[in-house]
Amino acid sequence: MSETWDVVVLGAGIVGAACARACSLRGLRTAVVESGAIGGGATAAGMGHIVVMDDSEPQLALTRYSQQLWMALSDRLPPQAEFESCGTLWVAADEEEMQEVRRKQRVYASLGVATEILDSRALREAEPHLRPEMAGALLVSSDAVLYPPCAAAWLLEEAIHFGAKLYAPRTVVSASAGHVRLDGGTELTAEHIVVACGADSVRLIPELPLRKRKGHLVITDRYPGLVRHQLVELGYLKSAHSLTTDSVAFNAQPRRTGQILIGSSRQYGAEHTAVDHAILKAMLARAQLYLPALGACSAIRVWTGFRAATPDKLPLIGPWPADETLFLATGHEGLGITTSLGTGRLVADALSGAATEIPLEPYLPVRGPIEHSSSTHPAAGGLHA
Amino acid sequence: MKKAFDVVVAGAGPAGIAAAVTAAAQHRRVALVDDNQRPGGQIWRSGASLPRPARVWLSRLEASAVEHLSGTRIFDHPAPGVLCAEWNETAMELHYEKLVFATGARELFLPFPGWTLPNVMGAGGLDAMVRGGLPVAGKRVVVAGTGPLLLAVAAHLAARGAKIVAICEQAPFARLAKFAAQMSRYPGKLLQGLAYRLAARHSRLYCGCWPISASGSTALESLTLRQGNRTWSVACDYLACGFHLVPNLELAELLGCRIQDGFVAVDDLQQTSVANVYCAGEPTGIGGVEMALVEGQIAGLAASGSAEAARKLIPQRRRMLGFVDALRRTCALNPELRRPAADTTLVCRCEDVPFGTLREHTSWRDAKLHTRCGMGPCQGRICGAAAEFLFGWGPDAVRPPIFPALVSSLAAESTNPNKSMEDA
Repeated sequence: MSETWDVVVLGAGIVGAACARACSLRGLRTAVVESGAIGGGATAAGMGHIVVMDDSEPQLALTRYSQQLWMALSDRLPPQAEFESCGTLWVAADEEEMQEVRRKQRVYASLGVATEILDSRALREAEPHLRPEMAGALLVSSDAVLYPPCAAAWLLEEAIHFGAKLYAPRTVVSASAGHVRLDGGTELTAEHIVVACGADSVRLIPELPLRKRKGHLVITDRYPGLVRHQLVELGYLKSAHSLTTDSVAFNAQPRRTGQILIGSSRQYGAEHTAVDHAILKAMLARAQLYLPALGACSAIRVWTGFRAATPDKLPLIGPWPADETLFLATGHEGLGITTSLGTGRLVADALSGAATEIPLEPYLPVRGPIEHSSSTHPAAGGLHA
Repeated sequence: MKKAFDVVVAGAGPAGIAAAVTAAAQHRRVALVDDNQRPGGQIWRSGASLPRPARVWLSRLEASAVEHLSGTRIFDHPAPGVLCAEWNETAMELHYEKLVFATGARELFLPFPGWTLPNVMGAGGLDAMVRGGLPVAGKRVVVAGTGPLLLAVAAHLAARGAKIVAICEQAPFARLAKFAAQMSRYPGKLLQGLAYRLAARHSRLYCGCWPISASGSTALESLTLRQGNRTWSVACDYLACGFHLVPNLELAELLGCRIQDGFVAVDDLQQTSVANVYCAGEPTGIGGVEMALVEGQIAGLAASGSAEAARKLIPQRRRMLGFVDALRRTCALNPELRRPAADTTLVCRCEDVPFGTLREHTSWRDAKLHTRCGMGPCQGRICGAAAEFLFGWGPDAVRPPIFPALVSSLAAESTNPNKSMEDA
């Protein structure tokens, strides 16, 4: 038995769901295959921070493009997606970090992203529970937060509404040369196979330049108002995170429920889902350094997840040269929630032969070196998964 | 704060008390850790009108050198030989050579329309509140669910002056009769059962019967009961309802102990699959107090290096295994009990998730992610077992903290000096 589709999307995480939605909206006959829960992988582990990031120009372009797509969609998202335009506060601990705040403001302004610089006093008013000696912050009001599994489920529902078919829970046995074989013997034939399996994409294409980057998150009981914005530290200047070693950074997010999500950690080479106590401890110690009141909050759950990390921190979006029926949409590291919508649009445009709204070249699976801005933000892109 | 012991016993119910007292008698430094203020667990909670074995063991505990860490909640096991606990909002690290966990069991609640009304309570829960001083004289009470606890609770409440309107046992009469016949091998238990029945002799026992809805404006006023095809309503002030017990396995799973058919697998000396870790009482099989006391003593002796003495108690335990089995078969839940829940009936009370919303999902994890079911402060302890029965969903893997803990406590945890062991 073989069914024929224009596009078969492998993976119904938030990226796969966004690709399926964009493709079926474009009139492409689309199928989606998921082996587990919808949005149950890195999507469920992620923080759900919709954030404009400026590690590199292409990252800035894709996050800004995606953030605008989220804004346009926000009125239609269902309540369980918990979309909140709370904004991001990039917290500067000292004058040195305030210089970074000003640099960041210039970069964001160049793309038309309105920001506001808060001095120490304004920051205390905005976030009374932050350690009072903080120097200030950059407020990016257009950033938002949402609850990723329900957002992914809604994107998928929309895709189905526009005609997509979901195969779940079904495992992909093989995918190549326009053929997808599922467990139980189902064969799908497709012009394009979109690989959106996050870090698991290497199971289908072992040569992909992807590594699992483990993260931890903690969620507290309900403390409405304790944190008002998504808070992210700029403290990388001192902690000198590198791309290769374990690191933690302060990241706190207010949920609509009044709960607080606390991140973040990054580890390579940790393949086990177990909680790493040393990392957890370091992460929570850092969080309390910025937000002392967190110490007295009750933590109700801790979990871990795996980001699909690429060497240059940019996703892989485009055809896979060894088999051009495979179109990649993976490697989103800690930014998959933000960049899912942009990725979906790029994929749908490329597959339907339309011009993309931002250049696709920087994200093509085979590409040259990327120029990073002088600074890199280890903290945001959140703990995310 | 760091404390080190030869033997740490987690859980101060009958099994834990027996284990701690026995190990201390072998001159081990013993800690008995429990999150309640007083020892006794769910079954021996509060001092008034306790049965003789309870008084005996509690006074032995009193007289022993056991360090009783009350109000102390174990929330993590960061490395072999170490537990993290919280006491009075202070993080505490407990180091052990041997660990005995006797974490007991909790009542299973099944949702039906109106089950969240005030005065609808767990059978053991209402019993404990009455022991704690809640007056029930003259109150009309329905006791419902399954298992021998129902008779015990009915007897106790009747003795306190409650009017037991009905005792509803979900198991059919034939199964109860068979159980009673098997009890001839355990004369003590048979006599106890008869005594309970006698104490509540003015109330009617319905077999194959359960509540299908509760109603009332601000609190419980009436219950609709079903037996076979017959349904009828009774006016009442309290419902004491419990569908037998499910073992507390969070610590067992965190420790990595092998679980078999829903219970912790142990050998004859109560040793689990994890080195230096023993388990006693309900987590190894729902067997009641006598069984728990024997298992606790075996575990306490084995954990003290007195395997010979422990072995002498093995036959005593083996004799009781038949009871565990008979109880399990008798209390097996009738699949019809899945039917009373309506689409609007809440299953998860922490996050207000109704039955109808859950039904659309395919697994516990799927339901949790998309509905928040089981994501509240109780961490799914109540709705998880209900969902397992209602939908056949297996539980998720257990992660620390197994109880909510302060962020500062989690940050204070000692870290494993040999990290690779954990990741292995």
